[in-house]
Amino acid sequence: MDNQTKDLIQSHIDANEVCLFMKGTPDAPQCGFSMAVVNILKILEVNFKGVNVLENQSLREGIKSFSDWPTIPQLYIKNEFVGGCDIIKEMYENGELKKVLEDKKINFKK
Amino acid sequence: MAMDLKEIEKYIKEAMPDAIIEIQDLAGDGNHYSATVISSQFAGKSKIEQHKMVYNSLKGRMGNELHALAIKTKEQ
Repeated sequence: MDNQTKDLIQSHIDANEVCLFMKGTPDAPQCGFSMAVVNILKILEVNFKGVNVLENQSLREGIKSFSDWPTIPQLYIKNEFVGGCDIIKEMYENGELKKVLEDKKINFKK
Repeated sequence: MAMDLKEIEKYIKEAMPDAIIEIQDLAGDGNHYSATVISSQFAGKSKIEQHKMVYNSLKGRMGNELHALAIKTKEQ
């Protein structure tokens, strides 16, 4: 990954408390896994930034090595990689996601 | 760009010999799978680390030959 891509990723994560690297946009996800995470964040009424990796090939590949995670979507909350689709779904179902949002002082629908 | 169910199982088993593995071909297209992996090797590890162990066992195939693998991990 070149430095420019790395800086771009870091700037997205720094600028957005809840940042989702995804395929498509929050209003038009291009992949079922991205849509699943978007839906969870919408249900919880979390204010988040969706970064569409399909618009930028170096971002699409770069985020995988940045997080050391081979798949997309990837959710960052306050600079911390929380997980991909499976983990977020599981955390939503067992209540852990709400706990993380609470701990990190992110507004959401309780 | 497809991978056989047995092949996925083989790679995970190689990395985690004690694992109990259940794989489903979700769409019947050899491209969208779900895997439940139960292993004692997950003990004391975070979910992210557990999923990474499964991804790593596939040696870079995830996201390449293998398009979609939903993972559930459990400690034994």
